[in-house]
Amino acid sequence: MNLDFSQIVPYIPFMLKGIWVTLKFVFFSISVGFALGILIALCKITKVRFLKWLADAYTSIFRGTPLILQLMIIYYAVPQLFDYDISAFLSAILAFGLNSAAYVSEIIRAGILAVDRGQVEAAQALGVPYPKMMLHIILPQAFKNILPALMNEFITLTKESAIVSVIGYLDIMRRAQIVGSRIFHNFEPLLFAGVIYWVMVFLLTQIGKYMERRLRQSD
Amino acid sequence: MIKVEQLTKKFGDNTVLKGISTTIKQGEVVAIIGPSGSGKSTFLRCLNLLEQPTTGDIWIQSKKITNPKINKLSMRENIGMVFQHFHLFPHMTVLDNVTYAPQKVKGIKKEEAEKNAMELLEQVGLTEKAKAYPNKLSGGQKQRVAIARALAMNPEIMLFDEPTSALDPEMVKEVLDVMKDLAKSGMTMVVVTHEMNFAKEVADQILFLDDGKLVEKGNPTQFFKEPKTERAKDFLDKIL
Ligand SMILES: Nc1ncnc2c1ncn2[C@@H]1O[C@H](COP(=O)(O)OP(=O)(O)OP(=O)(O)O)[C@@H](O)[C@H]1O
Ligand SMILES: [Mg+2]
Repeated sequence: MNLDFSQIVPYIPFMLKGIWVTLKFVFFSISVGFALGILIALCKITKVRFLKWLADAYTSIFRGTPLILQLMIIYYAVPQLFDYDISAFLSAILAFGLNSAAYVSEIIRAGILAVDRGQVEAAQALGVPYPKMMLHIILPQAFKNILPALMNEFITLTKESAIVSVIGYLDIMRRAQIVGSRIFHNFEPLLFAGVIYWVMVFLLTQIGKYMERRLRQSD
Repeated sequence: MIKVEQLTKKFGDNTVLKGISTTIKQGEVVAIIGPSGSGKSTFLRCLNLLEQPTTGDIWIQSKKITNPKINKLSMRENIGMVFQHFHLFPHMTVLDNVTYAPQKVKGIKKEEAEKNAMELLEQVGLTEKAKAYPNKLSGGQKQRVAIARALAMNPEIMLFDEPTSALDPEMVKEVLDVMKDLAKSGMTMVVVTHEMNFAKEVADQILFLDDGKLVEKGNPTQFFKEPKTERAKDFLDKIL
């Protein structure tokens, strides 16, 4: 055992900066995943066969292949195909957002189907148009039920975001590796990165619990 | 006025309504009775196209709603419906339940919708519950809110599908009383019910359905005293 945490002290600001860098793309990824997830979930429950097929195919592809592969395809293959030099930041948002959408859509689909059919009928009987019915009546009830599952998905995304280090994006993980190679010690910076991830996940969990409590008020 | 002509409804191979024709006049209260599975709910739900009729035609206030080009949504604004299991929106307060559709469907301003809603809540005796969520209400209270919610759209016709069947016995009366008041006010009402006393007292016309057919119709005094058909007799013998 030769642990020496004093060595990483000069690098702490450098590593802490990774929090912001990680949160930034995680935030956008979650937003993309959430918005797209709702859209795909709605496609899954329509009567339009083609949309349903498309949504199922999408889910199957993004859940059936490794995330790291999706990330590398977007980062390395897009420039080759489209002559567009995609940034690591944009690649990360796309890969994580598109991937997350597949999982989120499944969660939301299940949530919508779990809402009592009578709610749809009550809305229809009042003459409420489909978009308003979904937005004001069905989705709010669906979200209440699936909030724990959704939070779980977002927490997983936050943790797995460490994969972006493979395309050189300067997130917490990548910064830990860089510090490790500078000071020729890996354990200390990696442990420090671990603590940062744990704190982030802990805070997210608390936010999730708080939101759940708020939503349970009408129970 | 509601006019139904040769209405049939199939679910797959199962023919649930087998050619029903009848007319319901403005301001009339019609009670639909019959054994379980005879097609009462299906018939009622065809009247606001919650079920799409397989064949036959329905006219509501001289508009043919079985015309495929009909705008279902605007047609439904004119027809209120009350369900056995209330189907209140659980994430909205009582007041929001009642003001939602007038605001979002008819575009009525919030203040006006709320003023109107409070009047309706007064009518059903629930002003003090305006800010409560549905889960804080008893079954009878929920059903009265559901009635207020439907009335808030200012419909010309009200449909009720066994509005008291899910209620504890002591709450049946409060809901029936509200319905009686509504009947007195001249509302056209179609009520699927097992409450024979209500049918006797309030209905102008009884429709007796059995096995998807309109077996007998008539005024309540005559129907309950001397039903014309064997099947109606059997049915009344069993339940009375
Ligand atoms: N959505 C549906 N899909 C398939 N079959 C249905 C559907 N709705 C009703 N049915 C069938 O149609 C028949 C009539 O049902 P309906 O609900 O209209 O009867 P009811 O007279 O209202 O009975 P109850 O008194 O039990 O409410 C039943 O055999 C029922 O199983
Ligand atoms: Mg029924």
